[in-house]
Amino acid sequence: MSLSITIIFILMLFSICYVVGTKKALRIARREHIPLRQFHSQPSYHGAYVALQSALPCAVIAFLWLTVEPFVISNIMANHIREAMPSLFEAEISLWLDRLKAVAEGQTGFFKIDDSLKHLVPVYSGLKQSSRWAMLTVVFTVGLGSAAFFYHRISPYLRARHRVEAIVTALLGACALLAIFTTLSIVASVLFESLRFFKSVSILEFFTGTHWAPHTALRADQIGSAGSFGAVPVFVGTFLISAIALALSVPIGLFAAIFTSEYASPRARSVIKPVLEILAGIPTVVYGFFAALIVGPFVRTMAERFGFSIPSESALAAGLVMGIMIIPYISSLSDDTMNAVPQSLRDGAYALGSTKSEMIQKVLLPAALPGIAAGVLLAVSRAIGETMIVVMAASLRAKLTLNPFDAVTTVTVQIVSLLTGDQEFDSPKTLAAFALGLALFVVTLVLNIIAFMIVRKYREQYE
Amino acid sequence: MNNINLSTADKVRKTLKKRYRKDRLFALYGALSILFCFLFLGIFLIGIFKMGWHAFLETRVNLQVYFDPQFVSPYNIEESDYEALVAKALSTKFPDVRTRQDKRELSKFLSPRAVDVVRNFAKAHPEIVGSSVDLWLPVGDGLDMLKKGVISKENALQAGLVTEKNLERFERFVEENKVTVSFNWYFFTSGDSNAPSTAGIGGAIVGSFYLVLITITLSFPLGAGAAIYLEECARRSKFKDFIDININNLTAVPSIIFGLIGLAIFLNFFHLPRSSPLVGGLVLSLMTIPVIVIASKTAVSSVPPSIREAALSVGASKMQTVFHHVVPLALPGMLTGAIVGMARAMGETAPLLMVGMVAFIVDIPRKITDPASALPVQIYLWSDQPERAFANKAAAAIIVLIFFMILMNSFAIWLRKRYERKYGERG
Repeated sequence: MSLSITIIFILMLFSICYVVGTKKALRIARREHIPLRQFHSQPSYHGAYVALQSALPCAVIAFLWLTVEPFVISNIMANHIREAMPSLFEAEISLWLDRLKAVAEGQTGFFKIDDSLKHLVPVYSGLKQSSRWAMLTVVFTVGLGSAAFFYHRISPYLRARHRVEAIVTALLGACALLAIFTTLSIVASVLFESLRFFKSVSILEFFTGTHWAPHTALRADQIGSAGSFGAVPVFVGTFLISAIALALSVPIGLFAAIFTSEYASPRARSVIKPVLEILAGIPTVVYGFFAALIVGPFVRTMAERFGFSIPSESALAAGLVMGIMIIPYISSLSDDTMNAVPQSLRDGAYALGSTKSEMIQKVLLPAALPGIAAGVLLAVSRAIGETMIVVMAASLRAKLTLNPFDAVTTVTVQIVSLLTGDQEFDSPKTLAAFALGLALFVVTLVLNIIAFMIVRKYREQYE
Repeated sequence: MNNINLSTADKVRKTLKKRYRKDRLFALYGALSILFCFLFLGIFLIGIFKMGWHAFLETRVNLQVYFDPQFVSPYNIEESDYEALVAKALSTKFPDVRTRQDKRELSKFLSPRAVDVVRNFAKAHPEIVGSSVDLWLPVGDGLDMLKKGVISKENALQAGLVTEKNLERFERFVEENKVTVSFNWYFFTSGDSNAPSTAGIGGAIVGSFYLVLITITLSFPLGAGAAIYLEECARRSKFKDFIDININNLTAVPSIIFGLIGLAIFLNFFHLPRSSPLVGGLVLSLMTIPVIVIASKTAVSSVPPSIREAALSVGASKMQTVFHHVVPLALPGMLTGAIVGMARAMGETAPLLMVGMVAFIVDIPRKITDPASALPVQIYLWSDQPERAFANKAAAAIIVLIFFMILMNSFAIWLRKRYERKYGERG
């Protein structure tokens, strides 16, 4: 309630300040007989200046307040819980705290809280209420204060336009900085949790151990001896499924690109390209559905017809469907690079009497090779990072095998299975997911950077 | 014949046939690859449609229901015993039912949803108590599938989906011309459920709607702002290159990694509500921003320099040039990129699993902080269920999801066609 009032207040402050500021500039011009063109800035810039200067600090204060508020309230409430139930461990306190919040938010259906904590629900709601009203008061004061101050300063000599433009540039720059913040927060969150994981499980064991059974490590004192965090089977499974996917998608994608860019008539092109785009646009969960409910059972029945008995979660089914998902990436990237090869190279090859296929094999493909390689690298990175197909069609059990008919697991499947459902956040089990995430992030990052560098170098060749 | 005596032209002519054959083979491989893609798309669309179409239809029978004041009190419409009311209506229609076994069989004749239909009718017309009315009530799952032709009579009987007696009763309704197959609105308005017949995608659609709303309000201004800054304001520097590389990399980071940030930062650090569209939307925004930045950068850089120069030469400031001339011209391109990014975000599942949007949620979310599901997550959840009927629901949900995505993409294409400008041409 008070939050929406705050937001509405800030928005209204902005628009009112704009109108009033503009009016004041016009009034000064009229009253003091100064022609408008002698103003440093147009009236609307004066309005915008007042509006920005009064609404921006309010928005910043509100944002910071909402960021800090949960920490303060949680701290206070944790102390209350500690007083009410002194026998609790720290981890249990945060658990009760979460339930308390859920109940206070009205989600009574899901969570039950202990009777000795019931009296804390109104305390929590009261704290939150008063914090929000306090925020509204502060925002109100600051907003109106700065509005009055900057309104008072409007004069023909005020360099309003320069200042407004400086503020807008800074805002746009902040948007651009967000990309860096995103990367930083990925690195920070994944790296930080992984380091905590590697405190309890050695890096060497994680990268060389061949036994992966994180779900059996229920207590913290079990892991060292159980040795169940050897991720090699998981990496091998990821490799196997990606390899199957690439074995299908690279030849088909490449030939599809060759056909569309060299053989197809413009009319055929106008049909083929959208179809490939549709394939690229199908959500991965839909591919997963297809893999799990149609391709998986189909592969199994086919194998049974030949006398094999294989699980319906075979690496083959997941890999094939993933391959189909990747075809459009490979074909569109290869198509782009082939189109970038200058016509003169093709004409040269024809002039020497080569057929079309000879021209493609001897001239076009070598010339487009760097771009195709970059496309394949991006496809590899997409294959190992793909989640939904394998979550739905691959197995949960880690098995060290290269047999495509066997059920294997992948990095992404393990991350999902470790982090969904009930979780205690500090156990090595959940931290292991972040270690896998780190490995995934680093590998895909390296692949992307190499691909990016190849593309950049190649682009310079023909320009 | 001796090869040495042949001229070059003869040699070429001799191998020409073979070379042409190779050439045709090469073209054939290409055509086969394309054919493979078409074939897959065809099988895929037909397969999904065949599995899902019938979830959009439901079979109803016309049954006379007597709103017995014994069960329904006009003063307490909400709490009345409608199950007994429906059972009574059925046994009035089929008076031969005596044994307990028979009664249990009869109770499977109608879908559990029939009770809701009767309740809603009573709520809408409280004055009905004490009189009878003919209502169209949905039949049980087995009869429903049989009527729509999804399964054959033998299979249904064998699998125990329908019983002989219920089938006979159904035949009686058919003879009396009291059976209809109509559009299943319920599927679109109800939330998830344990039973396939009462499970719907209403909650998931609302959840997806919130997600897309949050994502577009956050990612479009931020993404467009970043693109304008990078293309128009920033000077060429190492720092700008660094941001560019960063953005390019972010587009290729696996989506599940974004889920990990959502979990570690939004949930565990900031303690935002778990399973809520708010957190899901924040994560999807982080994923979509780089896509929008790249599309918007292309749109901004395709505005020819002559327009900027013209504005600058009549005295516009740098910012005025950008916001009065460049941005309006680049806006259609930016919006197209944003809509395509939105369509992608709408189909995204993995990051939502990480922030807890996989819970079993029956209620339809009313705020962005309520626990919610989303269409792709609902598809994932239903495909995991052992019952076949849920797989059909999942296929139906896929049809709806793809429909929305096609809608968004066609809007993007229309926008591009409508507002695209070719510079350097007249008119």
